[in-house]
Amino acid sequence: MLAKNLITCHNRVSVALIQRLYTTTTQTPYILSWIKEEITKKSEPLYDGHIPINLLQRAVLSVGSSIVSLTDPARGDMIAVNGESSGHSALVRMQRKMLESEEGQQILMERPKINSSTVDIEKLKSYPDGTLGREYTKFLEVNNVSPDTRLPVRFVDDVDLAYVMQRYRETHDLVHTLLGCPTNMLGEVAVKWVEALQTGLPMCIGGAVFGPIRLKPKNRSTYLSKYLPWAIRVGSTSSFLMNVFYERRWEQDITELRDELKIETPPGFL
Amino acid sequence: MFGRMSLFGSSYSFRSVKMYEHFSKGLHVSTCFKTINKSNLENISKTYHEDKTVDFGFQTIPASEKAQRVHKVFENVASNYDIMNDVMSVGIHRIWKDYFVKKMFPLPPGTKVIDVAGGTGDIAFRMLQSIERQNKHLNINVTDANESRKNSSILISDINQAMLDVGRERAIKMNLQSDMLSWLCADAQQLPLADNSFDLYTIAFGIRNVTEVSKALDEAYRILRPGGRFLCLEFSHVKNPLLKWVYDTYSFQIIPPLGEVVAGDWKSYQYLVESIRKFPTQDRFKDMIEEAGFRSVKYENLTFGVVTIHSGYKI
Repeated sequence: MLAKNLITCHNRVSVALIQRLYTTTTQTPYILSWIKEEITKKSEPLYDGHIPINLLQRAVLSVGSSIVSLTDPARGDMIAVNGESSGHSALVRMQRKMLESEEGQQILMERPKINSSTVDIEKLKSYPDGTLGREYTKFLEVNNVSPDTRLPVRFVDDVDLAYVMQRYRETHDLVHTLLGCPTNMLGEVAVKWVEALQTGLPMCIGGAVFGPIRLKPKNRSTYLSKYLPWAIRVGSTSSFLMNVFYERRWEQDITELRDELKIETPPGFL
Repeated sequence: MFGRMSLFGSSYSFRSVKMYEHFSKGLHVSTCFKTINKSNLENISKTYHEDKTVDFGFQTIPASEKAQRVHKVFENVASNYDIMNDVMSVGIHRIWKDYFVKKMFPLPPGTKVIDVAGGTGDIAFRMLQSIERQNKHLNINVTDANESRKNSSILISDINQAMLDVGRERAIKMNLQSDMLSWLCADAQQLPLADNSFDLYTIAFGIRNVTEVSKALDEAYRILRPGGRFLCLEFSHVKNPLLKWVYDTYSFQIIPPLGEVVAGDWKSYQYLVESIRKFPTQDRFKDMIEEAGFRSVKYENLTFGVVTIHSGYKI
């Protein structure tokens, strides 16, 4: 090795450079194989229906599903896949926000599901008008939707986050009810804005930003003047809607619930 | 007369020739086909011993289940089959199929061809167009009623009715209604056809989905006449290590997500790429063809071994 008193300022720099070059060239194969492993690794399924994916497959899925969901509105499954493949950090954030609230913690512990076998729709129909349960069943009837049409989560690589995603999907209709938005394009975009601001899921952000492209020209001005500002206000000021334990609040009056969650009264939708 | 037909067609027992001639004549009417419904599939699967296991992609399943599961895969993919082929192979599958069909020509008039696992009709339609082009070029007049037996005929057979339905729609869309085409829903391991009744047996991208490949090869040997030709186009193994890595990465990392995006079905495409890996190598498959009785067996690699054409003669 060079004797210390021979190392001048310039020599020190060249020694450092040579050391860096040596490290890089000898470590390159390991770096490359690490990249290859990260991109192509496979792991075991963690829950029913789980398809473990690696970075490369995730990239193909997110990009492909965003393109198809924009160009072919009939492919609802692509929107779901988009949410799952690109939503990891947003799901982590959502889980943290749920853990910060007591009701959210209970939801995460009990893991309730919303489908026609866990929710007694007939009983909810018998509740008085103005209650959450009755308004929900009215929403299902008027818009001709059912709680059973939600796809199971497949591409989230963590059991707890998979449940958060599933809960998000299943409570989507209830968010529609709370916000008073129908399932036409305007209503969906408004709900997407609220969800995007609250959850931060890239799929919601994409839907909120690109969804209005499909709005009919006559709706665009009302969208910009009325619904969009309202949706943004609600999204930024109301409490986190994933923390609402809906199954315990069927009998609660919906206006009271909206006040509790600081949701501004919805404008009329045509 | 000596009516016992053996299910495992490699034995050439006496059989009622009249019955089969009548049946095979009927096949030339394009609307006649025999449906394999679920109960038939169960009958097929009952022919396997309980403990026998086969490969289904990288999984190992009882042999009796494979036919049903493959049937389900192709039922799921049938409607998107052609567009997925284009997406997965970036359109190269068309070049492979064109080359494959070119290898069969020139075909003398009156050739009886069977295209097994020919579901959506890619090979059969290409053959039809080439035969018409060849006849025009050689000025062969086949419209005379007395000469109708000189007209070639193509029988398209597939175990899956959904695939055949897609094929018939395509034939209508492409204006390829022809007396030369007929359709049959049957299992390649148990074809309801007479011995020595075809001149050319082709199978493209179908033989790896059969539960027991050797049975399909035996059936092919049985129904071909002496001098008949067996042609098989199938995915095979790439030897070059670098290309193999690229091919594997593309197959496992890109095709299933693309299947999910384009067709909404990850698992079927996962099965398809895994079944390619499980298929025997080019040399091993050549040996299997020779074991079935074919001679002068050769193979030719296309695209570095991604796809291979095997050819043999019943001599």
